[in-house]
Amino acid sequence: MNAARTGTDGVALTIVIVLFLAVTVLGFAAARWRKGESLANLDEWGLGGRGFGTFVTWFLLGGDLYTAYTFVAVPALMFASGAIGFFAVPYTIIVYPLVFVFLPRLWSVSHRHGYVTPADFVRGRYGSRTLALAIAVTGILATMPYIALQLVGIQAVLEVMGVGGSGNKLVADLPLLVAFVALAAYTYSSGLRAPALIAFVKDILIYLVIIVAIIYIPHKLGGWGHIFDSAQTSLSQKSPATGKPKGSVIPTAPVIWPYATLALGSAMALFMYPHSITAVLSTSRRDVARRNAALLPAYSLLLGLIALLGFMAIAAKVAPIGLDGKPNPQLAVPQLFENMFPSWFAGIAFAAIAIGALVPAAIMSIAASNLFTRNIYREFFRPQADPAEEARVSKIVSLVVKVGALVFVLSLDKTLAINFQLLGGIWMLQTFPTLVFGLFTRWFHRWALLAGWAVAMVYGTVKAYDVVNPATHKHFGGSAAQIPFLSGRNGYIALTAFVINLVIAAVLTVALRAMKAPAGTDATEPEDYWADEGDPRVAPLPELARG
Amino acid sequence: MTDPAPSGSTPRAGDGPVHRRRSAAYAVAAVLLLAPFVALLWVSSYAKDDPRLWGFPFFYWYQFLWVLLASLFTYTAYRLVRATERTRARLTDRSEP
Repeated sequence: MNAARTGTDGVALTIVIVLFLAVTVLGFAAARWRKGESLANLDEWGLGGRGFGTFVTWFLLGGDLYTAYTFVAVPALMFASGAIGFFAVPYTIIVYPLVFVFLPRLWSVSHRHGYVTPADFVRGRYGSRTLALAIAVTGILATMPYIALQLVGIQAVLEVMGVGGSGNKLVADLPLLVAFVALAAYTYSSGLRAPALIAFVKDILIYLVIIVAIIYIPHKLGGWGHIFDSAQTSLSQKSPATGKPKGSVIPTAPVIWPYATLALGSAMALFMYPHSITAVLSTSRRDVARRNAALLPAYSLLLGLIALLGFMAIAAKVAPIGLDGKPNPQLAVPQLFENMFPSWFAGIAFAAIAIGALVPAAIMSIAASNLFTRNIYREFFRPQADPAEEARVSKIVSLVVKVGALVFVLSLDKTLAINFQLLGGIWMLQTFPTLVFGLFTRWFHRWALLAGWAVAMVYGTVKAYDVVNPATHKHFGGSAAQIPFLSGRNGYIALTAFVINLVIAAVLTVALRAMKAPAGTDATEPEDYWADEGDPRVAPLPELARG
Repeated sequence: MTDPAPSGSTPRAGDGPVHRRRSAAYAVAAVLLLAPFVALLWVSSYAKDDPRLWGFPFFYWYQFLWVLLASLFTYTAYRLVRATERTRARLTDRSEP
């Protein structure tokens, strides 16, 4: 039942192109939706005018979560290694209680002081340009591999459709090039309004595909019980590279710790990403983030079912062979769709995955470029830049960030694309102490936070580099490593680095305080963390745009 | 990691019961928000196949169940916290002429 390469599927390709064009038109039209005075300033281009309520925010935040990560990378991990990939479910569950606790405070203080980025807040809270710079650089750096993951997702769909080929280098990389150009072109034109509007279309397409997939495919494969059983049989076969079983359907003892630490570390890192914070700051009221925290788990339910597509691909005996002739687990889900669905519906499913990668990638690159413009360009190079200049710089940087993502795709091990996102998480999590603890207390000293961050960044990067993929012998081959002082236990490197970060920050804070090192000016007041819409000091929009 | 009692307004004589009710609400909210962490990060407590439900091993349906529970808990916490924050806003308004 597994088709050999059948060349390009004309029907599916046509449907993908039509849906893609429709979405692009919508993206351009979005510039006119809920139009503010002009797109030529950061609040409009980058935060959509900050007027989004619960409903739009739900889609926008969902846009951040439902990405190629969900659709391609997580099922690929399930397909290749079994239960470990399901960590994405506890991850997306426990992220909401976390959000609930700290995001309203960030919303309030940001709206009182006109902060657009997390680094703006750090600058105001600690009176330290250097610490703000560290936060900004981490955000930009960590976003790149996450965008890279989206490119890999689009590439996977194009490959399964037969776009590209194994001839010369240029044709082989054609799917990647197409994905990249499409993404760059439309982010540049409409800013955040485009992804917010397209997120509706994307979510409708995705819901449609998922509901059909989780009802139709298990029925065709002989039921859920059979899917789990055949996944177990297949995963218990030995991997030729390691000589050990590839994985299991129920986590075994060595998988328990990585499972829990990946879930916790990813959850703590998610709302450090500039794009997640952008989505929250673009809401209209303090409460919106909390109400969303109660509504968003609906996404986790679907995410879990999508993850199980990886097992369905095993049960359906899908052999995901790339255009270069090598097996590529990222192709498992697109290939499953192609094998199971009629061409026209496979086309819709491919479009859903591709658009589902495009929207978050656009949101991410916008957020990263906001960070650059506000906290690096204006802060260090052009303090007198006017709003039009800021918007212009952001647009250009959004292209540079995507080029950075391309570098990640071309240089890192692509065996399991999820490692791109996990690598980003290793870096991103190191801003947690400064940002989240900073929302509650000024106890930590700014220099101590900076030192903790620096050591943890180096530690995390070195540890991740040291993980060598046993099959490809490439570095950055995974994201879990032995936890120091816990013999024989592996854990997500991000979390180990976080603990080191925290210990250094705490110890140095005690020392620096004893030495009476200058603590910096705190521009915020305790009441700022409680402000809501309607508060006389929550600045109205035109003032924020110029702030 | 829960919201501490607001540090900006010092409790005045006379709002003792309000203050106590607020602390109780925050405590309940904290428990509701912490529960998913304990349940889901204690992986060995649910890493097993039996009992199955509609063909799903326990490991899978248990976590799906927690999606619903966490949503319910978070919503309850939201209602609790919102009610107390509104009370608080009213008290603050009165104290700031």
